[in-house]
Amino acid sequence: MTAVMHVLPYLVAAYVFLVGAYGLATSRNLIHAVGCLAVCQSATYVLLLAVGYRDGGTAPVFSDIRPGSRPVVDPVVQALTLTDIVVGATVTALLLALTVQIAKRHGTVDPDELRELRG
Amino acid sequence: MNPRTRLWLVVLGGGGLAALLVAACLRLPVFGGPWHPYGDRAVRAALARHTANTVASVNFDQRAFDTMGEMTILFGAVLGCVVLLRQARDEHRDPPAPCEVAAPVRRYALIVLPVALVTGLYVIAHGQLSPGGGFQGGVVAATALHLMYLGADYAALERIRPIEAYEIGDALSASAYLVLGFAGVLAGSAFLANTLLPYGTFNMLSSGGTVPLLNAAIGMEVACAVVVLLARFLDQAVEIEEGSGE
Repeated sequence: MTAVMHVLPYLVAAYVFLVGAYGLATSRNLIHAVGCLAVCQSATYVLLLAVGYRDGGTAPVFSDIRPGSRPVVDPVVQALTLTDIVVGATVTALLLALTVQIAKRHGTVDPDELRELRG
Repeated sequence: MNPRTRLWLVVLGGGGLAALLVAACLRLPVFGGPWHPYGDRAVRAALARHTANTVASVNFDQRAFDTMGEMTILFGAVLGCVVLLRQARDEHRDPPAPCEVAAPVRRYALIVLPVALVTGLYVIAHGQLSPGGGFQGGVVAATALHLMYLGADYAALERIRPIEAYEIGDALSASAYLVLGFAGVLAGSAFLANTLLPYGTFNMLSSGGTVPLLNAAIGMEVACAVVVLLARFLDQAVEIEEGSGE
């Protein structure tokens, strides 16, 4: 493997995170912002799974392979990714519920307009 | 702050963050390398406790306490959504009129519903053996019920989904997880320690000690939580209207 391949998955994770952060900062719609937050979070999935990968490794499930016969990828980061996805989904649900209430009470989901309403 | 200044600030901060992230990436262990000390130990511990799916062993045995925290987050988020999306004083419920569904859609949804439901339950039940588990299977089972909405209408979905029952189920399964944890304390070991039950035969449905039980509790919790969450959002979209009604 070339030197680029050794860091490429990590760089992809950084890129996905930055794209999400840019979207969050420039968002004009709260639903869009919640989507951008989900993009930021998916960067952590890529990072975790990239950290746990092992060359030629298979899934760490031994119902159909003999233990020790093949290298397996790191199960700890896979479990962390699962936790990450569940927490991400619940946070998204909660934020969308807040957005529903904001849209009802203020009649807009543009963060800039909301700030003007406050001031 | 005007949008132009803000964009400049974003570009400046993002550029700095990008530089730091790239510098950090270059110092990380090589992608695909053989050095995974925690992974190797987790695999060894899972095999010692006869759990074929190492990820399930990490979630429900080695890090069972963390999973309890995760379950609490899920429970709290559902509670928050229920409170946020309740019917306000100036709103009323307007049951949607039944409407015609195209015959092929109806047929397909009603054929797939039981298959998807059983698939979800299968994924929960085999969490300790094959990829999957309570979290994944719970979501599959919960969304399977909503095929009723596609195949028939909202009233039909509400009939197969009495929401109070799912709220109670959510609370019961969350407490079941805690009770299983305390059972370990009463049995003379530690909270959520996997020492309560025999580890069983490797690769059988009953293997892994308390892993299948905790997995089932989480499966039920996630299924109930997703049903309650989706119900609240669907109520907002379909039933609850502005104005006091009459």
